[in-house]
Amino acid sequence: MIPVKLRVNGTTELLELDPRVSLLDALREHLGLTGTKKGCNQGACGACTVLVDGERIVACLALAVQYAERDITTIEGVGQPGHLHPLQEAFIRQDGFQCGFCTSGQICSALGMLAEHRAGMPSVVTPRVDAEEIELTQPEIKERMSGNLCRCGAYDGIVEAIEEVAR
Amino acid sequence: MTQAPERTRPTSATEPAVGRSIDRVDGAVKTTGESEYTADRPYPDIAHATLVHASIARGRITAIDTAAAEEVTGVLAVITHRNAPPLKPPAARINPFDLSTMAAGTKVNYLGSDEVHWNGEPVAVVVAETLETAVEAARLVRVSYAAEPAVTDFAAAEGSAEPARGIPILPEGGRKGDAEQALAAAPVSVDMRFTTPPQNHNAIEPHATTAVWDGDRLTVHDSTQAIDFVRRHLALRFDVPLEGVRVIAPNIGGGFGGKGFVWAGTVLCAMAARVAKRPVRLALSREAVFRTVGGRAPTIQRVALGAERDGELTAIVHTGISQVGRVGGMPETVGRQSQHIYAARTILVRHSTATLDALPNSAMRAPGEAVGTFALESGMDALAHELAMDPLELRMRNEPESNPLDGKRFTHRNLRAAYVRGAQRFGWADRPLRPRSMRDGHTLRGWGVATAFHMPIQLMADVTVRLGMDGTVVVRCGMQEIGVGAATVQAQIAADALGVPVEAVRVELGDSTLPVAPMAGGSGQTATVAASVLRACEELRRSALALARRSSRSPLRGRRIDDLVARDGGLFAADGSGETYAQILARSGRPSLEGRVGARTSVGRVAGQVRFLAGMVGDQRRQVRAATGVHFCEVAVDEDTGEVRVTRWVAVFDVGRVINPKTAASQLRGGIVMGIGAALSEATEVDPRTGRIVGAGLADYHVPVQADVPAIDVSWLDEPDPTTPLGLLGVGEVGISGVAAAVANAVHHATGVRVTDLPLTPDRLLG
Repeated sequence: MIPVKLRVNGTTELLELDPRVSLLDALREHLGLTGTKKGCNQGACGACTVLVDGERIVACLALAVQYAERDITTIEGVGQPGHLHPLQEAFIRQDGFQCGFCTSGQICSALGMLAEHRAGMPSVVTPRVDAEEIELTQPEIKERMSGNLCRCGAYDGIVEAIEEVAR
Repeated sequence: MTQAPERTRPTSATEPAVGRSIDRVDGAVKTTGESEYTADRPYPDIAHATLVHASIARGRITAIDTAAAEEVTGVLAVITHRNAPPLKPPAARINPFDLSTMAAGTKVNYLGSDEVHWNGEPVAVVVAETLETAVEAARLVRVSYAAEPAVTDFAAAEGSAEPARGIPILPEGGRKGDAEQALAAAPVSVDMRFTTPPQNHNAIEPHATTAVWDGDRLTVHDSTQAIDFVRRHLALRFDVPLEGVRVIAPNIGGGFGGKGFVWAGTVLCAMAARVAKRPVRLALSREAVFRTVGGRAPTIQRVALGAERDGELTAIVHTGISQVGRVGGMPETVGRQSQHIYAARTILVRHSTATLDALPNSAMRAPGEAVGTFALESGMDALAHELAMDPLELRMRNEPESNPLDGKRFTHRNLRAAYVRGAQRFGWADRPLRPRSMRDGHTLRGWGVATAFHMPIQLMADVTVRLGMDGTVVVRCGMQEIGVGAATVQAQIAADALGVPVEAVRVELGDSTLPVAPMAGGSGQTATVAASVLRACEELRRSALALARRSSRSPLRGRRIDDLVARDGGLFAADGSGETYAQILARSGRPSLEGRVGARTSVGRVAGQVRFLAGMVGDQRRQVRAATGVHFCEVAVDEDTGEVRVTRWVAVFDVGRVINPKTAASQLRGGIVMGIGAALSEATEVDPRTGRIVGAGLADYHVPVQADVPAIDVSWLDEPDPTTPLGLLGVGEVGISGVAAAVANAVHHATGVRVTDLPLTPDRLLG
């Protein structure tokens, strides 16, 4: 067991952790932040996506000890019922989910993706990487959100929700 | 569990809620991570379990060395067949009066003996203080086997297939005339062989269970589509009173049929909790889901069609072989829709099964139709090609007036209108008949069409509806929310039935302490529960009137229920006289009114089931009830790499009345997305030598991602079915039927290559 200081959603907690504990399990089992989901535990589905210093990562492929004293944001830090983030509102309006299990990851991933886009990062479908501004078209959103599986197939609603907020 | 409206647009009480695209009532909790799924419920002293899987397909365990695992600090128990507490075996046969007898996906009594029945069967459960410890220890369990000869190669087992047997409520196959003879005599015909691979549901939530014992009382949190099945099955297996077993499942992270049975994880978690004497969670790894939860069986199909030169069908032959496990499974009834879609003079539908030493298969979204329509609708496309006829025109020409197999009436059918509307929305009229006529550089474009067909089931549900003094309504039903918006649509239905705003209705679900609901499956939950909600609301309205009529001061005095409409929070006559429920309750001094559907005794329950089954059989003898639709799609095929991209999709459905267009569209789109996966990428790869699933994970089993699917245009005719509550038919499964064929047909149109094996990967297109 080793001491780890985790700063999640603005609150710092000192945990005693088995060094094998993933960031995902630390959030869920040790901090009670169960909004982040475990879909595959092998980095293939994106359900566990969280933001670290504003960048999206899959928490299942991260050891908690690697992320000591970094700024971690989970879905609980994005918004709560009654104080929804505009993207959460847009997901509801556009029906960007059905069962809701992948939704936390989709929303965190979309926030990270929008930040990447604002920073001028291209994707594999970007027509011209030297363009002044990359337009966030539907193909761009789809490409950039393809790390987040939704087996219910709510992909249309997810894209529409992201478009709505990106506008 | 309780899902109150959060941010729905306020409505006037008189505006009907049914038919409106209201936001999901659980939207806020689902988008903030607050909604509780099975693995989310904390218990302070919870222990974690993990499974060890057999590595042979058939044989016996000769030795299990658990010493190293047990030595790991933090390990609480290693349970094997040598020390497992004995359980009662699963029900030996299905009892139609207790459908929970079909709850077990297999007859295997897990850890009950040294026998191994499939590669991947659980042979040990490790329970530890932490998940990391459990996983570490599980890898230290050493198992030795005496393997026995096993059948593990489905393709090679084709010759051993035996005819499937039907059951009274679901007759096997169908025959009209001599289809083989008509086929041989047909001026134009096709005779084709198709294969489809095993597929897995792969709901993003892996199956999870948390079990907590208190003496003989058991509380189980379980990701299940069938709360009542789990409850009854566990009471049976652990030989404890049913009253002491509680199953909690407020939100299910997707099911698609994969959570319809009670699989190993649920039973073994309850066993582990009993052994460890503390709460235990067994959240299956993705690999464990593949190894212990049955998926869709692989199939080999023959579709042969005969026609006159004008396209009139003279023969449909659709036969299929599917895989079942030696210890369980069901035939994949691939030919079912072929008895219902086209008016052919002769029809032959027959299913058979090949028995393998493999994990029993189970139902996956539209069992039968999902892969059966791939063969039938590909066959229709090939026949149209032979006839040099537009494939939509061929379908139009063979649209039947009554059920083609036996002339039963359709409760409702307007597929022709769906064809017309879909063709317009897609621009189908511009389609060149000849394949390979739409080229764009190295990209070949093609357009395909296929018909969708699914017959929703209807079961029984108990429901209570209570209306309080403050005008709020609580609907209670132990149904399952697997993503369909169960609370949302039932709130809409109850709101209209009582004449209250939808915001006033709260729906409680997902708990076995609530009135018993059927499983969420067969596209039947919404209609089943709706029927009971409507009846309970009617009873409530009658109670309200009866209460009002007791007072001489009530404007409802002397009124009959048929003269009144429920609106504005009360009952009113055409002349505007009437009063609100709140006024009725206030005058009488009663705190609430209740309407209730459901047997109050177990004898009453059985009697109800007898009545229900009799009604169902009678219904099936008289008429055919189905959701139908049509898919149009465009694909772009890279001529050099064989990569297929779906670039456009239009679907039009005839699904009866739609309660909530927003959630219904999502379900229909979801079916199409899953169908695109089946068409292009999904296959559970099995090593034919060992029966081992290889690549048991989402990195190897490719479900569609965002970039794989285009924006999907779905619409529906919105014509109520005259024989169902509110005229609704289920929308959960019809969407996937026909999808793979639409893609394959578009690929043929693009390239001239007819691929008859799924998935349609580049090697098959180039080879």
